Amino acid sequence: MSVLIFADQSEGHIKKAAFEALSYGAALAKNMNTTAIAVVLGPVSADGAAELGKYGVSKVLLAATDALAHLDGQAFAAAVAQAATQEGAQVVVFPHNPDGKAVAPRVAVRLKAGLVAGAIDLPDLSGGGFVVRKNVFSGKAFAYVSVTSPIKVISLNPNSFHVQAGDGKAEVVAFAPDAVAPRVKVTAVNKVSGEVPLSEAEIVVSGGRGLKGPENWGLVEDLAHVLGAATACSRPVADAHWRPHHEHVGQTGLTIRPNLYIAIGISGAIQHLAGVNGSKVIVVINKDPEAPFFKAADYGIVGDAFDVVPKFTAAVKELKGK
Amino acid sequence: MRILVCISKTPDTTAKIAFTDNNTKFAEAGVQFIINPYDEWYALVRAIELKEADPSSVIHLVTVGGADAEPVIRKALALGGDEAIRVNVDVADSFAVASQIAAVATAGGYDLVLTGKETIDYNGSAIGGMLAELLGMPYIALATKVDVAGGTATVTREIEGGEEVAEVALPVVISCQKGVAEQRIPNMKGIMSARTKPLKVVEPVAVEALTTVHHFELPPAKAGVKLVSPESVGELVRLLHEEAKVF
Ligand SMILES: Cc1cc2nc3c(=O)[nH]c(=O)nc-3n(C[C@H](O)[C@H](O)[C@H](O)COP(=O)(O)OP(=O)(O)OC[C@H]3O[C@@H](n4cnc5c(N)ncnc54)[C@H](O)[C@@H]3O)c2cc1C
Ligand SMILES: Nc1ncnc2c1ncn2[C@@H]1O[C@H](COP(=O)(O)O)[C@@H](O)[C@H]1O
Repeated sequence: MSVLIFADQSEGHIKKAAFEALSYGAALAKNMNTTAIAVVLGPVSADGAAELGKYGVSKVLLAATDALAHLDGQAFAAAVAQAATQEGAQVVVFPHNPDGKAVAPRVAVRLKAGLVAGAIDLPDLSGGGFVVRKNVFSGKAFAYVSVTSPIKVISLNPNSFHVQAGDGKAEVVAFAPDAVAPRVKVTAVNKVSGEVPLSEAEIVVSGGRGLKGPENWGLVEDLAHVLGAATACSRPVADAHWRPHHEHVGQTGLTIRPNLYIAIGISGAIQHLAGVNGSKVIVVINKDPEAPFFKAADYGIVGDAFDVVPKFTAAVKELKGK
Repeated sequence: MRILVCISKTPDTTAKIAFTDNNTKFAEAGVQFIINPYDEWYALVRAIELKEADPSSVIHLVTVGGADAEPVIRKALALGGDEAIRVNVDVADSFAVASQIAAVATAGGYDLVLTGKETIDYNGSAIGGMLAELLGMPYIALATKVDVAGGTATVTREIEGGEEVAEVALPVVISCQKGVAEQRIPNMKGIMSARTKPLKVVEPVAVEALTTVHHFELPPAKAGVKLVSPESVGELVRLLHEEAKVF
């Protein structure tokens, strides 16, 4: 009996989304009166693995092999399913990030487990049930999904559960999953270095067509820089190649749930809102008081971005300087 | 090359989201349905491009759903594809849908199976991975670029804060998103020819769903925006710091 959490790594470091999944899995294990165990695949040090105890797991199964350095869905799914069986896991938790999306559905099939993809709350266990809330209709509604299989798989939406860090240390146990012939050969990894990944960012500064052209993005970048934020954009901005595609948020782009989303010169079309309306706090800067975005906003300034944003940046700088 | 494209039907992106039957069913009345944008713009268009490059290729479309899914699959045929298969069963859950598609895929023997990144109504991002597991095939999720040459697919996929390029021997399942292709508008010739393309209806295999939607809920309405004058931007920063506590 246990809750097993897949804690994914990149270049030997456990990802932030995994810390959330670990905290979530530990809280769930507590509610189920069982233990939380993590499984780590890839070259992570034993010390690094023991650190995961901070998030409430008592044990870490560590397969610290270079063979699992990069994602191979079949090998990873086989290993996680093997760990789940070995530990008698009733629930397997993944981060709902790119690797989680690739592996969780496979593990669900292997374990004949129902999957809740993109959970945003802990399961409601009342009356012996297992009901988990997730976003549906691109953030426009929630579904309460009831899982009816004996084993359950959950992938946790990023920024949906607070990381709870204490000071425990986990017991690290070497884990040697049965070998699976690799099918995927990773030939290149291109990371935008020095920037906060959009999907993980707690603060996002986003620009739309109201900024007139790519030459004006310094405004967005300066504000993002002082806030330690990631940058995003509306779809027409990415389509016009003012900004790279991976910054496009909305119904047909990335869905994000930061703590703070600052929209500058974006009208707030329903397809745009679909990608950002899970944000905890939304600030809109738009010169048109009728812009639909104000209806979805918590704070707003009706004004010219070219005037307001530099002042915003300066005021944050002043605050942080104190 | 034999290509299978998985097509789902979703409410239009501007549709009003509301529920009936004690919040257990999506209110379909008056709602326009479209091809899930990821399936149409990226998966299907990329399949068409691959066939344009290698005309000996065959493209089949598959959808799992009742007769009400037919207008959407016809619309997909108007963009391209040689024939469509509809598995005649209502959608139960991701596993059930993946199992139906797996039966079609096994019968058809495809080299490349393309799905969208996710449906814009259920937002599962799950069916491609389940399908791949059922078929024993590799799966590349969230592709932004898909090339095929000499029996190998070279796929760029999204990772946190960047991209990864991977090579994988066919057959493979790939979920597609922005970058894979550019949206196309169906032309008159396509619309005419779609009418005569075969649309086969097959009966479902027996499979049990593992999840059910207990009920839906709409998010609470926002309290309303607090407006700050452009003359006092410092006040906004103070509110964000002290009241909203976001930095
Ligand atoms: C099927 C479908 C899917 C879509 N998916 C997406 C998606 O995923 N993401 C997305 O973003 N869009 C998407 N769209 C497009 C969406 O409908 C809108 O067209 C788009 O979001 C508008 O982008 P925008 O707000 O940057 O531009 P605009 O709508 O042109 O708005 C620009 C705004 O800037 C303001 N402005 C102008 N000058 C200034 C200034 N000096 N200072 C301050 N404000 C100023 C204007 O008042 C205006 O509100 C989709 C559309 C469809 C049909
Ligand atoms: N009913 C369906 N019939 C055929 N393909 C589907 C169906 N539902 C989903 N898909 C495919 O699976 C992808 C992912 O769906 P989901 O896991 O629901 O987000 C979609 O983009 C489609 O390509």
